[in-house]
Amino acid sequence: MADGPVAEQLLRRLEVADGGLDSAELATQLGVEHQAVVGAVKSLQALGEVIEAELRSTKRWELTAEGEEIAQEGSHEARVFRSIAPEGLAQSALMQLPSGKVGFSKAMSNKWIRVDKSAADGPRVFRVVEKVEDEVQRRLQLVQKGQAEKLSEKERSELRKRKLLTEVTLKTYWVSKGSAFSTSVSKQETELSPEMISSGSWRNQPFKPYNFSARGVLPDSGHLHPLLKVRSQFRQIFLEMGFTEMPTDNFIESSFWNFDALFQPQQHPARDQHDTFFLRDPAEALQLPTDYVHRVKRTHAQGGYGSQGYKYSWRLDEARKNVLRTHTTAASARALYRLAQKKPFTPVKYFSIDRVFRNETLDATHLAEFHQIEGVVADHGLTLGHLMGVLREFFSKLGITQLRFKPTYNPYTEPSMEVFSYHQGLKKWVEVGNSGLFRPEMLLPMGLPENVSVIAWGLSLERPTMIKYGINNIRELVGHKVNLQMVYDSPLCRLDTEPRPQKTQAAA
Amino acid sequence: MPTVSVKRDLLFRALGRTYTDEEFDELCFEFGLELDEITSEKEIISKEQGNLKAEGASNVVLYKIDVPANRYDLLCLEGLVRGLQVFKERIKAPVYKRVMPNAEIQKLIVTEETAKVRPFAVAAVLRNIKFTKDRYDSFIELQEKLHQNICRKRALVAIGTHDLDSLSGPFTYTAKRPSDIKFKPLNKTKEYTACELMNIYKSDNHLKHYLHIIENKSLYPVIYDSNGVVLSMPPIINGNHSKITVNTRNIFIECTGTDFTKAKIVLDIIVTMFSEYCENQFTVEATEVVFPNGKSNTFPDLAYRKEMVRADLINKKVGIRETPENLAKLLTRMCLKSEVIGDGNQIEVEIPPTRADIIHACDIVEDAAIAYGYNNIQMILPKTYTIANQFPLNKLTELLRHDLAAAGFTEALTFALCSKEDIADKLGLDISATNAVHISNPKTAEFQVARTTLLPGLLKTIAANRKMPLPLKLFEISDIVIKDSSKGPPFFPGRCAEIFARHQSIGKLGVLHPDVITKFELTMPCSSLEINIEPFL
Repeated sequence: MADGPVAEQLLRRLEVADGGLDSAELATQLGVEHQAVVGAVKSLQALGEVIEAELRSTKRWELTAEGEEIAQEGSHEARVFRSIAPEGLAQSALMQLPSGKVGFSKAMSNKWIRVDKSAADGPRVFRVVEKVEDEVQRRLQLVQKGQAEKLSEKERSELRKRKLLTEVTLKTYWVSKGSAFSTSVSKQETELSPEMISSGSWRNQPFKPYNFSARGVLPDSGHLHPLLKVRSQFRQIFLEMGFTEMPTDNFIESSFWNFDALFQPQQHPARDQHDTFFLRDPAEALQLPTDYVHRVKRTHAQGGYGSQGYKYSWRLDEARKNVLRTHTTAASARALYRLAQKKPFTPVKYFSIDRVFRNETLDATHLAEFHQIEGVVADHGLTLGHLMGVLREFFSKLGITQLRFKPTYNPYTEPSMEVFSYHQGLKKWVEVGNSGLFRPEMLLPMGLPENVSVIAWGLSLERPTMIKYGINNIRELVGHKVNLQMVYDSPLCRLDTEPRPQKTQAAA
Repeated sequence: MPTVSVKRDLLFRALGRTYTDEEFDELCFEFGLELDEITSEKEIISKEQGNLKAEGASNVVLYKIDVPANRYDLLCLEGLVRGLQVFKERIKAPVYKRVMPNAEIQKLIVTEETAKVRPFAVAAVLRNIKFTKDRYDSFIELQEKLHQNICRKRALVAIGTHDLDSLSGPFTYTAKRPSDIKFKPLNKTKEYTACELMNIYKSDNHLKHYLHIIENKSLYPVIYDSNGVVLSMPPIINGNHSKITVNTRNIFIECTGTDFTKAKIVLDIIVTMFSEYCENQFTVEATEVVFPNGKSNTFPDLAYRKEMVRADLINKKVGIRETPENLAKLLTRMCLKSEVIGDGNQIEVEIPPTRADIIHACDIVEDAAIAYGYNNIQMILPKTYTIANQFPLNKLTELLRHDLAAAGFTEALTFALCSKEDIADKLGLDISATNAVHISNPKTAEFQVARTTLLPGLLKTIAANRKMPLPLKLFEISDIVIKDSSKGPPFFPGRCAEIFARHQSIGKLGVLHPDVITKFELTMPCSSLEINIEPFL
């Protein structure tokens, strides 16, 4: 069975044709639109060598809409002539006719009619001849029948000037038999159907080849945010490493837990209005663990637990001030304090990933809100070597294997070290995290045993996400102004397998 | 982290050798510094003010080095060189000595009026110093670095340095009414009262930042010499009379402040750094400070403290196995002169006055680790055995996120901070009805409150994405902050419902009120559902 009746007809005629046939002629013969024949040619072409088709362009004269009307109804001048009775017609009435204006002037110049301006009730039009030959109509009818070549060049150009005739370029196919010509080509199926599967007809059915360069249709779906996809991966890594998630469901924290508990002195610049969001309402935290607060105060002001302390007058009202937490270490401090209250001490591995707030100047890499990733291990006798070992495992799960450690200063860790990794794209070492052993001045007032060390490290969630997804401006990643197309288009997050994009910006 | 800018060639000359940029970067990394930038004065000016202004500026190569925030002894070329030379065992750490003068000791008398505004003062004298242009610049720059860092922008401590030969002691540190203080300040040709000065400096780009420290006090701190010459009005400005120059030979240094410990540290740092250029190197002439209670003390402190640390503690904290002798050597390279004593496992560590950052054994442990080389430490995995647990709220959140996306919703990530308008006016609510938490020091209106509902963030996301094809279906699972239960956003009448689960109300859903939609600059209908997921934990 051929692909549609037109294709079928085409093949039959081609079988008996001498050499080949013209698609336009075939359309006329079949009485179908030329486009239908073109479709048939294309579908037969797709079958392979059944037919050969050569694209030709031919010029052809066609009537315009007005030309069609004249071929049907006669020229304007003829129509004007016919409407004039032997006793004449008032010129004003003639002008009212549909063909009046054009027809009048043409009929005048043909000398078919005359005007009597002296008539009693205004100018009157009379026939001059008895009978007229409507040449315009006859010529247009010839064109209509496809016999435009019977007209002279001059006649055709005159009709074209009157916008009755137009020359069109027609793209036609010269179709001839192909090397695999057959009148009995079978129709190619586009899709495998349930019927074909149940009847088994798919075995004998040719299938139309797929167009693999088509864009395809995207399925309707929801999308997860890239930053939170990366968050999921980091959670997964920590869980794989046996780390328990700490509660971080409190954006609001007292300065006590955010700073004092971490042995961060009250004059520390991080506690400045320029760096931290303080609350106006509720301005102060009312409930703080009294005994613990006292131990913290003493350690800051006078020292103890082997420390010189900072030797300043520590103030409770400063510690009570509520802030939007500036780091998730505030949550770690609470978790370690809770751990210290449980006797006997049991070793723990903790992690958290959540939002923190800084009252900073905003730029391409800094927002007032960002996410921190934090890992903590508390056990007897942990060393700097252990910290580096955990970091090596953690970062290798991110696909980062070249690590280097630099001494640094953090207010609540000692020793402290920054973690650097070699960035292939930038050809240099870039900082990827910060780490250290929590200070005894932080741990001992909590009540943790003296020989317990707590190793910890942290990094931001935004920076690895920006590197992963090739985003240079943090405002294109987070917040209500992001382009949702970015969310729609963001690919899977596989931290350990994909090569990192070459062009990235070292975020501060 | 403070950044110290030093001339490269000057630095190399002082270090006694040259380095390639890479070599010096490596040395910094090992020591805990960071070679942040290699530049020149010309480059800096051209970057900040354009090529035109940079013309004629110096092409001398500058190293900008990031220094840890607690290492005040590395804030100038002199300190950096000393630290690195001792680290590389090219020199021994100098011993800083306080000496009594041959003549009468300089005195600074503190009156009780200062208690109300800036109660502490310490002082010292650098005798027979020899400046060069570079040394003098470094001396001024160190004071500025200290002011910006440990001094907390002069709030805790302010430093004044004076040409002692132009003054005559004893000095008096007192506090007076601003109208009663009159002097010719640094680099001015005329006398002004303190009131006038505070006005003049309001338009001074540098000094205007310090005015608030004393502005609202009834008395201003001021230091006089025995002839009534004003040395300084801390923490704002020195007097012009005692101004130091590159030719000054004897310097009187005073530090006043609200934190006595830090004032002493700051004084120690200045004199330890620059006594290098005194005729008797590393000696500092004592000054007597007489307190309001009549007692007195001599400064600078220049105290050396001895700490005892067990070698096995260092090994155990770092994760290395070094002999006590080796550990002592490592510490000595960090300017912590150490020796093995007692049972052979004890190390006696001498903390010099330059190392105020050493307040606990853990600080000594860190220095041993730095000298050993962090990257030489063997990495091992802790044997800590634990079972991991997810935080239930986050576990539920992860499950919900995936199913919401599977249901065709796209995840938004919006800010937890917003304007009052977002959570109140735009939702047709009074701010007091929202029970929102208010921020006292927002820099812009975007950070006035913590959000009480996720809805404004989602609506703003839609408003920013109006060009995207509809429908837009968004979700967010995140924290909101409320002091107590609060009112939700208004819905279209008859098109909303309260959602109950497990016999309690958990939220609302409905078609948003057109007024809300309009206020978020949207034109299309919008429906929302917001629930609290905590009851499902």
